[in-house]
Amino acid sequence: MTNLRFGLLGLALIVALWLAGRLVTNEYVFFAGYAVAQYILLATAWNLLGGYAGYVNFGTAAFFALGAYVSVAVNKLFEPPLIVLILVGALASGAVGLAMGYLTLKLRGVFFSIATLALAIVAQAVVTNWEFVGGSSGAYLLRPTAGPWGGSYVEYLFYVMLVMAVGAVVLARCIERSKIGFGLAAIRDDELVGEAYGVPTLRLKLLVTVLSGALMGMAGAPLPFYVAYLDPPSAFNLAYAVNTIAMPLIGGASTWVGPVIGAVLLTAVQETAMVTISSAANLMIVGLLMVLFISLAPNGIMGLLRGVRSRA
Amino acid sequence: MTAPLLTVDQLTKRFGGFVALDQVSLQVAQGERLGLIGPNGSGKSTLVNCISGTVPISSGRVLLDRERIDRLPPHRRAQLGLVRSFQLPRPFGSLTIADNLKVAMLYAGKPSSDSIHDLLALLGLEDKAGRLPRELTQIEMRKLELARAMAANPRLLIVDEVMAGLSHAEVDEIVELLLRLNEAGVTIVMIEHIMRAVMAFSQRLVCIVAGRKVADGDPREVTGDAHVLKAYLGE
Repeated sequence: MTNLRFGLLGLALIVALWLAGRLVTNEYVFFAGYAVAQYILLATAWNLLGGYAGYVNFGTAAFFALGAYVSVAVNKLFEPPLIVLILVGALASGAVGLAMGYLTLKLRGVFFSIATLALAIVAQAVVTNWEFVGGSSGAYLLRPTAGPWGGSYVEYLFYVMLVMAVGAVVLARCIERSKIGFGLAAIRDDELVGEAYGVPTLRLKLLVTVLSGALMGMAGAPLPFYVAYLDPPSAFNLAYAVNTIAMPLIGGASTWVGPVIGAVLLTAVQETAMVTISSAANLMIVGLLMVLFISLAPNGIMGLLRGVRSRA
Repeated sequence: MTAPLLTVDQLTKRFGGFVALDQVSLQVAQGERLGLIGPNGSGKSTLVNCISGTVPISSGRVLLDRERIDRLPPHRRAQLGLVRSFQLPRPFGSLTIADNLKVAMLYAGKPSSDSIHDLLALLGLEDKAGRLPRELTQIEMRKLELARAMAANPRLLIVDEVMAGLSHAEVDEIVELLLRLNEAGVTIVMIEHIMRAVMAFSQRLVCIVAGRKVADGDPREVTGDAHVLKAYLGE
């Protein structure tokens, strides 16, 4: 399927979900849908660097929360439309991605991962002491009651997130099959050899760190409106980092489909567990699934499917 | 004589206090087949790493076609046509055989799916195009290493012990391939311990012992050289 066709398919999906949304009267559906779309976006963003290039980023929460807090700050100053906040969030997190990439991409493997974890901790410390956005006591936002095109604001947020998630998946698929995608695969498999065969490894890594960071920032920008109250411990919650790693791993990290499957599956399981068991059970379930998949199916669900197909 | 394709000028490489290469100079002419020999640990692979840019040099110069390349990152050198294979095959493990070639072609060579197929056919790997590297045998892995190097459209190809561990017939097969490649215009530097292959292939031999060049010239003369004999056989 060409990229154009795939893009059109994504557009069709958005329209179909919008039409289906006309029939929904329970707002919880949009709440839950937002969470799923947000995680598809985050997992896809993580996968650009983690799945395609093999650089495991533990700092998802930093990029995500930065998008959210920049959004709080800019909103407090100018109250621009949501789309502007999203763009500013993308710029801020993309810039941090560039800086982090420049400082850390000479580190390989686990050292890079530790550096990203450190970034998340530093960023949280900075935001906790940033009084303008509420500091440690957090920021309250008044969520508008209605979206700009009618319907509730949560419904509007859901569609905004859906469009971003679909856009990110289309982008990831384009990258995967492009020259850049082959270069990233070379980096993942053997960076030194990739470089010896003409792959500009540093430039490609910087490119995806920026893209990945920017997409995470975009995912975070609408968060303050979604939760209405934002404080550092929840914005920088480790669950974001753990979930965005678990989702591509469970779905299959080297393809665009993996993070989508993983995000839908894990979010559904977590939402169900939250309602039926307890919210504390969430991370335990994620942990168990991760252990199961890493030991039994290291290439995720897509890997299992490929195995079945090649045996058939 | 036209200007050499590759010039290594007074190249020195130190690892801490250890001098791995000591003021090595050599030239490779356009279209030449050069054999590079020397005992284990003499610095052959370090020299390849310095020329291809995998490790930075301590002093000296490396020129490709009169342009200094010793400050360029490895990928730029590959794009300029300086391609090397690795001593132990290092395929891109998650990519198919065809895609392994495609990476080299996209980034260093001239991309076209025809030529991927042609290259695989040339090396007898056409049936394996969709397979993963781990499904290959040792000789197929060596061939993949060569095919990928060819896919990068080299002007100068450095093959680093591509024949170690292969059978007699397999060695002949690879030498034959390299000769054909050379006929097609590729300058080749061969690093090899298998003397039968080196002698069959090389127009000129360079011998490195303990980081110094001790001999450079006609293969028969170099193998008869006193320094070379001493290095290989002792006093």
